[in-house]
Amino acid sequence: MPDTSIPRATRAGQQRYVAPLDETPLQGVDAVSNESDGSSLWKDAFRSLIRQPLFIISGLLILLILVVVAFPWLFTSADPTYCTLDNSLAEPRAGHPLGFNQQGCDIYARVIYGAQASVMVGAFTTLGVVIIGGIIGAVAGFYGGWIDALLSRIMDIFFALPFVLAAIVVLQLVRDSITVWHIIGVLAAFGWTQIARITRGAVISTKNSDFVTASTAVGASPLKNLVRHVLPNAIAPVIVTATVSLGIYIVAEATLSYLGLGLPSTIVSWGADIASAQTLIRTNPEALFFPAAALAVTVLSFIMMGDAVRDALDPKARTR
Amino acid sequence: MTGDANQTVDEAATAETGPLLQISDLEVGFKTQNGMVSAVRGANLSVYPGQTVAIVGESGSGKSTLAHTIVNLLPDNGRIRRGSIRFRDQEVTQFSKRRMAALRGSSIGLVPQDPMSNLNPLWRVGFQIKETLKANNIATGKAADKRVRELLAEAGLPNAEERARQFPHEFSGGMLQRSLIAMGLAARPDLLIADEPTSALDVTVQHQILNHLDGLTSELNVAVLLITHDLGLAAERAEHLAVMYKGRIVESGPALDILQDPQHPYTQRLVHSAPSLASRRLESEHQHIQVSDPSAAATETTDGATSRDAAPGATSTDTVLEAEHLVKSFPIRGDFGQKSTDFKAVDDVSFSLQRGTTMALVGESGSGKSTVAQITLRLLRPTSGRVLFDGEDISPLASKELLRLRRKVQPIFQNPYGTLDPMYSIYRTIEEPLRTHGIGNQKQRRQKIKDLLEKVAMPASTVNRYPNELSGGQRQRIAIARALALDPEVVVCDEAVSALDVLVQDQILNLLNDLQGEFGLSYLFISHDLAVVRQIADDVLVMRHGQLVEAASTDEVFGNPQQQYTRDLLESIPGGHIPLGNTA
Repeated sequence: MPDTSIPRATRAGQQRYVAPLDETPLQGVDAVSNESDGSSLWKDAFRSLIRQPLFIISGLLILLILVVVAFPWLFTSADPTYCTLDNSLAEPRAGHPLGFNQQGCDIYARVIYGAQASVMVGAFTTLGVVIIGGIIGAVAGFYGGWIDALLSRIMDIFFALPFVLAAIVVLQLVRDSITVWHIIGVLAAFGWTQIARITRGAVISTKNSDFVTASTAVGASPLKNLVRHVLPNAIAPVIVTATVSLGIYIVAEATLSYLGLGLPSTIVSWGADIASAQTLIRTNPEALFFPAAALAVTVLSFIMMGDAVRDALDPKARTR
Repeated sequence: MTGDANQTVDEAATAETGPLLQISDLEVGFKTQNGMVSAVRGANLSVYPGQTVAIVGESGSGKSTLAHTIVNLLPDNGRIRRGSIRFRDQEVTQFSKRRMAALRGSSIGLVPQDPMSNLNPLWRVGFQIKETLKANNIATGKAADKRVRELLAEAGLPNAEERARQFPHEFSGGMLQRSLIAMGLAARPDLLIADEPTSALDVTVQHQILNHLDGLTSELNVAVLLITHDLGLAAERAEHLAVMYKGRIVESGPALDILQDPQHPYTQRLVHSAPSLASRRLESEHQHIQVSDPSAAATETTDGATSRDAAPGATSTDTVLEAEHLVKSFPIRGDFGQKSTDFKAVDDVSFSLQRGTTMALVGESGSGKSTVAQITLRLLRPTSGRVLFDGEDISPLASKELLRLRRKVQPIFQNPYGTLDPMYSIYRTIEEPLRTHGIGNQKQRRQKIKDLLEKVAMPASTVNRYPNELSGGQRQRIAIARALALDPEVVVCDEAVSALDVLVQDQILNLLNDLQGEFGLSYLFISHDLAVVRQIADDVLVMRHGQLVEAASTDEVFGNPQQQYTRDLLESIPGGHIPLGNTA
């Protein structure tokens, strides 16, 4: 009686699959070496990033913004702080493509030079927030217990303060001598809670992994574990949030400048320009439009970048 | 021609009718970024009314894809590229979505794999079964409620009325699976597709549920297509077997024939390494071969062994690890206003592990076996009792002495996907223990890592890879290499092979066995799977609800179990009773 229900031909064709016990690992290993070597999570993420149009567009924009920040004189020869009322609301002319605002300053030059303050505030606030929030969140999540309880309540308190409002109150104190660093400090001091919460959550979900236990069993100290294993694996959501919030801090700086609590008039800032141009919205909208557009494009680039990075770092969202 | 072949085989059983389900030359592919990837290739399979047919294969063999294709539950990127599926002589591949939906549930029932995630936690169990009845126009209103109770009772749930009003989280895994079976059979289908219906459950529960499913389907004359990775289970439950490998059915035929006389080499390997089958008959021989396998000895490199102080030798009888009256209790938070109560996860457990031997700790989920492992590794401190390593109590150890202990007791964990840090290259992973203990310089470490990789049969080129590039079995090898990096005396294997496919499992067991022989390692081997334990352990401890139920040598436990619970466990090993012929 035949012991099979499938045609013999098929079965005979299968015979060459045959190999002794070591077939399975060999296959696995072969499968590995076919791939290009050394693909870590980050390399994978990068590979999927550079295929995303969202990343390419936002990346190019951010690159352009950074060049503008670093070398504004490449883009304009006009002095943004040279303003004469003779030029008040003058039409565009050679060398001054966007015309002049009410104070007689070159709008184009101010848009170009305004990038510096905005991007500086955005970048350094984000850095500060990641450092403060990251450390507090990581410590809270990793050590747990009363440390977590205490730090989490502190987070809650700061979370309950609307951070623009808090910034207004604090900046009021140094009103006459505000510098970029004041703004960065204040924004970071009241903005770290979000990052802290996200870090805490990511650390909690990572710290119970087997590889952390294995490292403990090898004899690594808790602090080493936190720094070497837990943080690198918990960093992805923090990076994503940080990228998105960079844009938000740029907006916050503009908001503060708009409210008159931002940078002094000696420093060119989009927010201040928007504030001073608001009365001209009917008569000379371009004085308002260009700084606002520059602000919007910058913020949008960073938020788009954040989106792209999130898609790349979250393997579940990625389609391979 | 497929049909003809089938009919001759199954003539005795179903001479009068044609097949209920006939799959011929089926080819299923998935559209990916790298083009079409074949998941099922040239599959032929027939199921006759009332018959149980099993598809056996490893993960990724295409068995679930094949089953899902029948009811068109393929993911969006899945396509049937060729072949036909005929159900009751109708070509279902040509069915419209609507007709397919009508077929599902009413004519073809489905019991999914993971009972925990297949019921909506927001709805009562009864309501969800009622939905099935409504969707298939079987009953509505009061009649449906009554039917739900009948179905639940039929699926073996006592107090069906009360149960129907409960939510999924109030059910145990076994009860959930029973409800899903009730749901699958609600419309009295002709065919029930059961995709790994009991893989997530404990053995004894699995046994009960499969028995129940068997009884129920034969009573109702429902054909069952059973998808499983467990050859023993398949052989025990099915009349007809199809073995799948890499998307192809490599062998199929009457279950017993295949088991007793496997023709295809893959099947032979599968039969040979299935722990549930091998351990009963091949145990002593198997064990013997493993220990004194000359080919394994030939591949050994001796330079690694010379650096060890412990002399290999399984005959020595000194105790390396001893547990005395271990108790571990966890506080459970009481309801509001009530005192918290203690839950004893481990209750008075004592054992002693002899140097160079393997002691297995067996129990179902929740029996406290992993807690014992954690205490042994000093990752947890016992509430009372103590653990002695080389006669020294390990709980007061601090800093330097603790580091010394850590060197000698190393773990291997269950989940191969969680055990390696995804951010670390394999080199860094294995280097970590060496670096932590300040062993050797860079060059010596590199050599040591190379040796270790060789020991676990991984190519040296693996060092630059990252865990996500390796398969589960390969990752487990790396975990073993990491555990061995410090030349430990005791290795605690916490379900170290449970997540692996049978063949890989067999391979890792052999590797562990070889390494034990080479280094005189002592294993504390935690497992829920008695069949696996049979292959590797010298002594067995059986745990239940935190207590030791039975402790004896492996032969005694398997040959002459003293406790009813142990007997139940043994009884539940799938395929344990199947008489095997002279297999290779």
